[in-house]
Amino acid sequence: MTATMPETAPAPAGTPTGDAGPSWEERYAVPAREVYRRTLLELARADPRIVCVDSDMGGLETLFGEELPEQYVNVGIAEANLMGVSAGLAATGLLPYANTLSGFAAARACEQVKIDVAGNGLPVRIVATHAGLSAGHYGPTHHAVEDLAILRTLPNLTVVVPADAVETEYAVRATAGLPGPLFLRLGRAATPLVHQEPYEFTVGRARELRAGTDVTIVATGPHPVSMALEAARELAARGVSARVLNMHTIKPLDREAVLAAARETGGIVTVEDHLVVGGLGAAVCEVVTQEAPCRVHRIGVPDRFFDHVADERELLELAGVSSERIVAAAASLAAAR
Amino acid sequence: MSILAEPSPVPVAAEPPDLAALAHEVRELVLRMGTTAHGTHVGGSLSAADVLTVLYHEVLRLRPERPDWDGRDWFVLSKGHASAALYAVLAQRGFIDRAELATYGAPGSRLAGHPLRRLPGVEFPTGSLGHGLSLASGVALGLRRTGRPGRAFALLGDGELQEGSVWEAAMNAGHHGLDNLVAVVDRNGLQISGSTEECVSLEPLGDRWRSFGWAVEEVDGHDLDALRAVFAGLPDASGRPTVVLARTVKGRGVPLFEGKKKSHSVRLTPRLLQRAMTGLNARRAR
Repeated sequence: MTATMPETAPAPAGTPTGDAGPSWEERYAVPAREVYRRTLLELARADPRIVCVDSDMGGLETLFGEELPEQYVNVGIAEANLMGVSAGLAATGLLPYANTLSGFAAARACEQVKIDVAGNGLPVRIVATHAGLSAGHYGPTHHAVEDLAILRTLPNLTVVVPADAVETEYAVRATAGLPGPLFLRLGRAATPLVHQEPYEFTVGRARELRAGTDVTIVATGPHPVSMALEAARELAARGVSARVLNMHTIKPLDREAVLAAARETGGIVTVEDHLVVGGLGAAVCEVVTQEAPCRVHRIGVPDRFFDHVADERELLELAGVSSERIVAAAASLAAAR
Repeated sequence: MSILAEPSPVPVAAEPPDLAALAHEVRELVLRMGTTAHGTHVGGSLSAADVLTVLYHEVLRLRPERPDWDGRDWFVLSKGHASAALYAVLAQRGFIDRAELATYGAPGSRLAGHPLRRLPGVEFPTGSLGHGLSLASGVALGLRRTGRPGRAFALLGDGELQEGSVWEAAMNAGHHGLDNLVAVVDRNGLQISGSTEECVSLEPLGDRWRSFGWAVEEVDGHDLDALRAVFAGLPDASGRPTVVLARTVKGRGVPLFEGKKKSHSVRLTPRLLQRAMTGLNARRAR
C-alpha cells in the first residue's frame, strides 16, 4: 500500500473569517493544541470514521469522550500500544488520531510508528504536543528536539509543523482526508499569532511570509517563524532584503521553494526549534547540495542536553535560536553575495 | 452502529477437513522451506503447526479468493519468525500457490523470513516482537466500532511475552473488554538462549493473563481435537478477551528437533531433510 500526498489542500471550508462570533484574537490566542482539539471535535461530528485515541493526555476524555463516546478510546499511559492500536483501527477503515507528546511518539514509540504506522502507510494521524523545547521548565525528559530528525526518515509519513494556532486549524482540516499517515507537531503553550487573517494553506507548499532578494530565512515552528519575521524587519532596517519562508511541512519538503531560494538569493538561513542536526536545516542542505549548491547557515538547538530551567523562548535563546542570531547569519550571507 | 458492515454468511466446508493430514503437510512444507538458502525458523514453526492448522482450516472465517473480504476474521502472526508455517497454511487455503513456497527467502520472492503485507492473507508485516497484540487490539476495536462480525486473532511466541508492549496491549484489551480478540500463546518453553523460565520466567502465566482481565484457556497445543474444542467456544461470553495458552513442544513432530533450542533457526541439508522427514513420518505412523 502506498500513501500519496494530496495534490493540494485548499483553504478549508468553515475556516472562520472573523465575520461573526468571537474575534480572530479570541479564537486563536490559545495554545495550538486547544485549537487542534476543537477542530478535531468538529470534524469528528461530521465523520464517524474519526476516532480520538487518547493516552491519558488530560481533557480529551471530557471534551471528546463525553460528546462522542463511540469515537473515543483511552489506552492509558502506553505509547507503544497507542501506535499499534491506532494502526489496527486504521486498517479496519477508521481514521484514528493518536494523541501523545512528541518525545513519546518519536522516540519511545518510534518502532511502532516506523513499522505499524508508516510501514503500512495507514491513515493514522499522530498529533504530538510539547514538541521541541516547548515543554520549557518541565525539563529535558519532556523536550523533543530530535523528533523531526527521527520522523523525517520514515517513508510514507507526512510531517507538518504549524507556525501558530491559526495554521494548526488549517493543517488539521487540510490533512483530514490524507490517505497516509501524518505527524502533526505542536507545542505546549500559546505562541504569537503569525497569521492575522485567512490565507491559503497547502500541505507540502512553503508559504512566503515576506518577499526578499538578498537572503532567505527558512523557518519551521511557532517561535522560529516569529523570530524569522522579527529578523527580517531588522535586516530591512539595515538595508538587507530577506525572504521569509514558513516551512510548515517538513516532509515532503517543498523542494521548489528551497531551490528558488538557493538560486535567487544569496544563501539560506534555517531556523528550527529542533537539533541543528537532522531536522529542517539538514533537509534543506540535502536539497541544495544536490541541485543548487549555496551557503546554508543552520540555526537550531546544539548537540547537548539542557538542564537549565526556563520557559520555551528563553531556552531557545539560550540554545542560540534567536532573532539576533538570524540577523547576524543572514547579514553575513547577504554581504558575501 | 455499523458504518462499514457488509453482512455475509460464514463459509462452511462441505466436509470436515482431515486436520491431522493437513498438520502433517504443514510440517513437511516447513522442513522443505528449511532447505532454502537461508533456512528457516524450524522449531517455532513446528510448535505452531497444529494451532495454525486448526485456525486456518476450522476457525478463521476467510475467503482466500478475496483476502480483504469485509466479514473476515483477522489473523496476526505476532511471532513473525514462524513465517514458514504461516505460508504453508496460506498455500493450503489457496491464498498462494504451493509452488511459490519453493521461493522462500529467495531474491525477488514474496515470502520473506518475516511476513510482508503484500502477500495475500497477511494483514500486517510482523517480526519485531511485541507488536502483534496491539495491532490485533486495534483491529478488534475497529471491528466492534464498525459493527462487523469478525474477530481478531494474534499468535504470540512465549519468549515474546518478555516484551513490555505485550503487557501494555494486554492491560488495555482487558480493560476495554475486547471479547472479539483472541491471543494464542505458542508456549513451547524455549527461546534462543534456552528455557524461558531460566531466561526471564513467565510463570505463573495463566494467573498473569487472568489478572489483566483475560479469560484463560489452557490446552495441549498439539491435540487437534482439544484445540478445535477450545476455539469453538470463542468468543468467551464473559465480555473479556481470551488468551489460549497452547502448551507446545519446540520442533514438534521431528524427533531430531523436538525440545531442542538449536531448532530455533536451521538450514536443512538434503541429508538432514531426509532424516527429518523419516522422523516426521515415523512419528505420524505411530
